[in-house]
Formats: sequence, structure tokens, C-alpha cells
Amino acid sequence: MPYSEEVMEHFKNPRNVGKIEDADGIGEVGNAKCGDIMKMYIKVKDNIITDVKFNTYGCASAIATSSMATELIKGKPIEEALKLTNKAVVEALNGLPPVKIHCSVLAEEAIKAAIADYYRRKGIDMKLDDCASCEIGCCHKKSAGDDHQ
Amino acid sequence: MRFVYVDNAATTPMSEKAKQALFDAIDIFGNPSSMHSAGVAAFRSLDSSRQRIAKCLGCEPRELYFTSGGSESDNWAIKGAAELMSRMGKNHIISTKIEHHAVLHTLQYLEKRGYEVTYLDVSSDGYVTAEQVRDAITDKTGLVTVMYANNEIGTIQPVAEIGAVCREKGVLFHTDAVQAVGHLPIDVKKENIDMLSLAAHKFHGPKGFGALYIRKGIVLPNLIEGGAQERGLRAGTENVLLAASAAAALEDALSNLDEKNRRIAEMRDKLIDNILKIERTRLNGGRSPRLPGNVSICFEGIEGESLLLSLDLKGICASSGSACTSGSLDPSHVLLALGLPHEIAHGSLRISLSDQNTMEDVDYILSVLPEIVNRLRDMSPVWEKIKQEEQQQP
Repeated sequence: MPYSEEVMEHFKNPRNVGKIEDADGIGEVGNAKCGDIMKMYIKVKDNIITDVKFNTYGCASAIATSSMATELIKGKPIEEALKLTNKAVVEALNGLPPVKIHCSVLAEEAIKAAIADYYRRKGIDMKLDDCASCEIGCCHKKSAGDDHQ
Repeated sequence: MRFVYVDNAATTPMSEKAKQALFDAIDIFGNPSSMHSAGVAAFRSLDSSRQRIAKCLGCEPRELYFTSGGSESDNWAIKGAAELMSRMGKNHIISTKIEHHAVLHTLQYLEKRGYEVTYLDVSSDGYVTAEQVRDAITDKTGLVTVMYANNEIGTIQPVAEIGAVCREKGVLFHTDAVQAVGHLPIDVKKENIDMLSLAAHKFHGPKGFGALYIRKGIVLPNLIEGGAQERGLRAGTENVLLAASAAAALEDALSNLDEKNRRIAEMRDKLIDNILKIERTRLNGGRSPRLPGNVSICFEGIEGESLLLSLDLKGICASSGSACTSGSLDPSHVLLALGLPHEIAHGSLRISLSDQNTMEDVDYILSVLPEIVNRLRDMSPVWEKIKQEEQQQP
């Protein structure tokens, strides 16, 4: 299944790529072994996410979901950003191939991890849900051939 | 924008000779089994195609069975041999960890049905030896199946030597030669091959056409019941049209082969030498013996699919062994068999050249690749970590 135009657009021209040197919260999720790592940086002022940047190692959908997720939370209050679901990211990208859904889960988690880090720095402990992507299958076994004969 | 197709290990565009043969045969509509003149015309065309392909492999036409492609040939050879050997009380098969899935999945199917399979390790540069095969043979071994050349990393296995060991030990020897036929000179008799699989679309022939060479004397069980086609082993009205096109493609692929391969290898080596100048890259598979058109390189800190799609945006069609490109979430079993860690195997790129490529294509790839690699590494937290570690340990 090929990628949607929206995914390709965000892969070609990802929004908010980079780092924030004086970030208020940093979240990193994923595993290089599985082929995806997302790192999100947020700046918070008066409970509003004023800036967000990301660095991602991964496939086109990992880059596109990171990009879209940052767009969806930029300028939003923290409470609203916490409500962002992977489904919303997928919908905003006009769909993802089934094997790539875990990328959207990773994007949701990266944002939550960055917000958790922000709270931690303020001395507030925020419980995060268990790693949903691990269940969805970061490294699940399913093989398919290349070079079909 | 320039269009550069360098995914010839996946499939090739049809050659002019293959297309012409297809057009020339398009009105041969008769059933080769029919007695009348229309049938005879079809029979003659098919017969001639079989003779021509057999000549290219050094076998007799009656030893060549047409199929729908490489996967079918592999399945038939392996499942058929398994049935033959079980009649002799044998249940052990030897293969390698770097076979194509058409072979590996067939072997897994047999394992579920009680067969034992030894998957030989390959060296870190992607080769098995005849000695490894010899050491693995037991009195229960009935089949050895080792690919001629690897589709991902291009390494060419010592097929003739493995064949000699198998012949000496009285074990059937099959080789998946899908990546080799039409690219390397092959003589099934001299190389002691009992069964060989090929697919026409890998040498600029049509898709949906392949063959299995079965050495005479080996009576493989029927693949499809229902007719006398393919000596009664594979029933179904033959594809006269594709056979004609495949025969023309193979003859054309093998003409001036040495000269063509020299030119292709020159392009390959220029790509390898220059890509390896990019820091933290490594060539997958040894440099020799290697398919003339295969370049397989891992780039640390980036993921192969992003690389692939970035190249595609520049008009370059290549391939990757990364998990993301295979529809699976694990990187290629071939790269893992070389001992590469997952995180490095994810960053693989395969460029497979054919004689339709030019040095201009190579220069174009080399002109856009470093920039793409830099862009992806710049946004990669894995690359950031690699660089931090470099600074800590100068």
C-alpha cells in the first residue's frame, strides 16, 4: 500500500524539524533496533506549548507522523496536547498503511514523554500509559519477501 | 527530472529483443497439444523456445520444465525432492541462512511436516563453502539447496564445488539461480547441478515465466495434475508467447556477456568506491565473487526506507533491506545473517544495475546521494548519539 499524498508531503517537507537547546521538556521514544526513534522538544509558557521541534530516525511514515504530531500540538494548551491520539495523527495524514500504524503511536508517545519530562522538571510526577507501541508490535515477527520471484 | 532505474534485482524492463519476440509470436494462438496446423505452429514455437533456453544452460530440452516463475520453480524443486527423499527414508535438508523466501518459506513448510533442515551460516562477507556443506551431510540428507547468487548482497556461491560434494555423496542438489541466469555463464552439467530455478523477468524477459531444470533420471512428483504438458509433470496449456519472449531475452542477455559484465562491474565499482567515502558506511557482501550489478551498502544513523523514498523523489528507483520496505518490521534476514546489528541493517540500500544503465546514471546517483544522507542524518537522534560518542572517545 503506497503512502498518501499527505504523508509524502510531510516526509518531503517535514515541519518543525530540529532541536530546542533550552527546551522545557524532552521526550525520546522508540528503539534503534526496531528502526524508529523519535525525540521531541517542547517550550512551554503559561501552560501553552509555544514551540515544538523533533528529530526522528525512521521510515517515511515515522518522519511524517512526527511532523504532523508537532503541527497538531503547536500553540495548544498542555491538557489539549495530552489528548492527542495516534488516531488523530493518522486521520490528519489521510491514513497510514496498516504496518505503519505503530509510527503514529510512537508520535503520540513522544509528545506525552516530552510533556512528562516537562512536569518532572517542575517536580510533578505524571503517570504515562504503558508503551502501547510495544504491544502493537515494535519488533513483532512478520516477514514478507522482497524481490518476489 | 532524470529517471534512473537501479532496482534490476527486483525486476528488469524487457529488452528490445524480448519485446520483438513477443510481438512476433502474438498471433501464434493454437494449443500446442492440438493436432491441427494451428496447434503444430504453437508446438514448434514452444519447442524452439525450450531448445534455445536449454542451450543457454547447457542442458537437454527435455530436462527443462516451464513454470510461472522462480518461486514456483523453487517450491516444486524443494517439495518434490522432499517427497522423493522420504521414500528413501531420508528427512534432512541442507540450505543457507541467506536464501530467498521462496526457498526459506518452503523449507519452513517442510519443517512443520517433520523434515529437518540445517541452515548453514554464511561468513561475514556472505559466502558458504563446499566444506560446510560436506560437514553437514549425514546419512539422512536427501537434498542440498543453495542459491547461486544472493539477491540482496550479490555474493556468488561456490555452486560447482557444492555440486561436486553432493554428487560424490549421492545427495540431490538444487540451486535457486534466479539472480544468476542471464547474468553469469552457467553450465548445469559442468557445475553438477541437479535442479535449477530461473525467472525470465530478472534478465529482461517477461514476468510470469520461469523454468525448472531437472536433470534427467530424477523423477520429480507432478506439480499440477491434468494433462500431458511439461512431460506430464505440470499440466496446463503452455504459455507459448512468454516462452518465445523469454528465450529471446536469455539469448540476448548472454550475448557479449563478458563485455557487458565488465562495463556493469565498472559502474558498480565506481558506485561502491564513492559511496564508501561517506562516513560510517559499509559494503554488505564481499567484493568478489559478486554479481556485476550489485551494490549493497549500510548507512549508519538512517533508516533505509527514508533513503529509498528520498532517492525516488530524485527519480532514482532503488531498494532497501530495511524492515519498512519489506512489509515486515524486522530488517532483512540476509543482512542479519552477516552478523550486522539490527540498527545497522535498517540503514541498507541496494542499487542493482543492468546493461541498460549508464555511467551518467552512476554520476547522477553519486551527485544526489550524499546530500540525502546528510539531510536524514541531520534529523536523526541515532546519528546525534553516534556523533556524541565519537566526541567522548576520540
